[in-house]
Amino acid sequence: MRPMKFRAAAAVLLAASALAACGDAGSDDEGRDVSAEEDCDGKFEDGSAMADWSESGSIRIGHKTDQPGVGFQGATDDVPSGFDIEMAKILIADLCIDPDSDDVKWIETISDNREPFLQSDKVDLVLASYSITDERRAIVGQAGPYMITGQQVLVPSDSDVESIDDLKGEEVCSVTGSTSLENVNAAGAKGVGADDYSECAEKVLDGTYPAMSTDGTILAGLAAQNEGELKVVGEEFSEERIGVGYQKEEAEVCEWINGVLEESFEDGSWEDAFETTLGPSGVETPEAPELDPCQ
Amino acid sequence: MAGSVLFDAPGPVTRARHRVYTLVASVAILAVIAFAVWRLQADGQFEYDLWEVFFTPDYLSAILEGVLITVSMAVFAVIGAVLMGLVLGVAKLSDHPVIRWPAWAVVEFFRAMPVLLLMTFFFFAYFISVEREVLFIPEESWGGFLSVIVALTLYNGAVLAEVFRAGVNAVPKGQAEAAYAIGMRKTQVMTTILLPQAIKIMLPAIISQMVVALKDTSLGYAVAAPGLTYIGNQIMLEFRNHVPTVLVIATIYVILNLVLTWLATLVQKRLVGEKKPLEVPMVGEANTGGTPL
Amino acid sequence: MEAIFDNFDAVLKGFGYTLFLFLVCAVVSLVLGTILVAMRVGPIAVLSRAAAVYVTLVRNTPLVMVFFFFHFAGPKIGINFNWVDVHVGGFDFTSAFSTAVVALSLYTSTFVCEALRSGVNSVPLGQAEAARAIGLPFTGTMTEVVLPQAFRASVPPLASTLIAMLKNTSVAGVFYLAEALATMRGFTKDYADQRWGILISFAIGYIILVEVVSLIAHRMERRWRIA
Repeated sequence: MRPMKFRAAAAVLLAASALAACGDAGSDDEGRDVSAEEDCDGKFEDGSAMADWSESGSIRIGHKTDQPGVGFQGATDDVPSGFDIEMAKILIADLCIDPDSDDVKWIETISDNREPFLQSDKVDLVLASYSITDERRAIVGQAGPYMITGQQVLVPSDSDVESIDDLKGEEVCSVTGSTSLENVNAAGAKGVGADDYSECAEKVLDGTYPAMSTDGTILAGLAAQNEGELKVVGEEFSEERIGVGYQKEEAEVCEWINGVLEESFEDGSWEDAFETTLGPSGVETPEAPELDPCQ
Repeated sequence: MAGSVLFDAPGPVTRARHRVYTLVASVAILAVIAFAVWRLQADGQFEYDLWEVFFTPDYLSAILEGVLITVSMAVFAVIGAVLMGLVLGVAKLSDHPVIRWPAWAVVEFFRAMPVLLLMTFFFFAYFISVEREVLFIPEESWGGFLSVIVALTLYNGAVLAEVFRAGVNAVPKGQAEAAYAIGMRKTQVMTTILLPQAIKIMLPAIISQMVVALKDTSLGYAVAAPGLTYIGNQIMLEFRNHVPTVLVIATIYVILNLVLTWLATLVQKRLVGEKKPLEVPMVGEANTGGTPL
Repeated sequence: MEAIFDNFDAVLKGFGYTLFLFLVCAVVSLVLGTILVAMRVGPIAVLSRAAAVYVTLVRNTPLVMVFFFFHFAGPKIGINFNWVDVHVGGFDFTSAFSTAVVALSLYTSTFVCEALRSGVNSVPLGQAEAARAIGLPFTGTMTEVVLPQAFRASVPPLASTLIAMLKNTSVAGVFYLAEALATMRGFTKDYADQRWGILISFAIGYIILVEVVSLIAHRMERRWRIA
């Protein structure tokens, strides 16, 4: 949330200036309307993290800004959009907090800093195409998964690369600090780390790197953004189980997240979230995944 | 300028030759510019939709906000650096080795560090979890904002320490001697006689250090700090108009820096007159920011 | 500190890239800077102005923006370095490296130009006048008398410029090159509890490199000192 005061002042200043500001770039994409639960009295145990969030009415969500359809935010968007964000809204609504309210802080995380952000109490929950791994579970909490995807390869439309196996010894772009990068190296390619996925896509488009690789859902979003120029190829060569990150000390959070996720699988809101965000880029809605039991 | 003695006033033949050279050079320069424009044109970089974002009020205010944040980061960093430089510079002039050596070590350490290394470290070590909504900084960026300021303060403070030391040494010796003669103590001499005069001599150098600081704020991109570079990156991600965005953002930086340089020259003329400003060899910046053409 | 000792090869490799980048850029930027300064002080006004404008523009642009240009804007208008593909030992010199070389060298060459110009301006007028008096043309005056002395006078500011460039190689770490700083970022993330040790180790690495460069510059300055 940018403070609106400065925004407004700047807008007035600009309007007053002789600048012929007549452009109309950007898009308004609000996503689904999710309304908050009404009654949270006694819903959560006193002293639990959920009770704190619910009572204070504010929560901080770590998300991505560079993955169309999954987690994306333009320069002037107040709130991000995408499947991760829709799932976050479902969680927030369950706390009786209005997902559109200003007390919901959307905080950008990059692959590099998701664990540090959770460890240092900068965010409460992370929904940022966050793969569940044992290493991560050792330092932060991860509940879910709410989506299972696999790593594929994105190549220019005229490329004859068919899978990651065709890229042995070649440079393949992925994001610094992500599991994708490790998997690329494990498959025999040379992983090159970028700051974000859109950057990687640019680098594939301009021919710097023959391919990029990460979760199929993200690649589908990027391919849809660059219709006719990029295509997703190959079988999924890894299983990425996307879950919700939370702070380690709050074990009861896991039960709550799993409960809300389970409910969303059943009442169709999970499917609806998927179809409104990833559907347009041609990803088929999968079966709802099996949740991990909480440790 | 040594340039004028390097060659005689040219005679008719040489003048003719120079005219030919000038013509060739002009043609070459124009050809380069024309080629660049043609390339941009051929690749459709002048399409209105690539530039539209820069005529959209919302985005313009975002860019303006970026400018404001960038400038304020530089200002805060320079204020911090001046204070740090003052303390370290004076400490380096101390008569006590106990004070002198540590100050020297600190200065040398921070002058040899890449600013980016300091920024990365402070960000991941301390500021990653800072949350404040202060001024106009969106709170999620506050950590990056702080790490940029702290890193730049430390680096520029180390550079300015050297400037201060040289500045104090540039005050005519008689001043200090006269002060001692009327019975002042060391501290008094430093605070009432030497520093006020030194600061006057150094002001231009401090302002040109601001140019360096302003340019270095863009390194904050690596720690997701807010500012002009960050906004530019966001715009590039959203509109995929890399060429226009880089050109526009770079131009804004250049304008900001030229304004600062112009300010430095103005201050120098006001305070120091036509004398040569203080020149200190600086590790890390041959000479700062921009010299006037 | 285990992080450093267990992955010492990665640390060395990171600094290896830093060093390679520094050496290549030093040569390229010195050459470019010399060409620029020749244009700057030469008798052709057009060239002099063009060089001055170019230097002013590039010097006042943040290095990150220069990198942005060559990484993202350049490829869109047909400027790319994807044809570079050299592998020496365990080092890969591909587009990330060559783009870094171009961006860093162009940026640094403007500072080199200013350093050399201050050197040219420090040559006593009498020297140039004497050279003219014995009938040397512009080229002769420059190559035989002015430039050799200017180079000597430029050693300190050049050393500062090169040290700044050595530190600036770290920016390449944000743009796909796995040099020292990028390596450090990886460590900081993987071994968050050993931050201080990691910082100190990499700081020492940079200090060693900087000190070596200053030492060489100092020796050169002493050796070539003009009476």
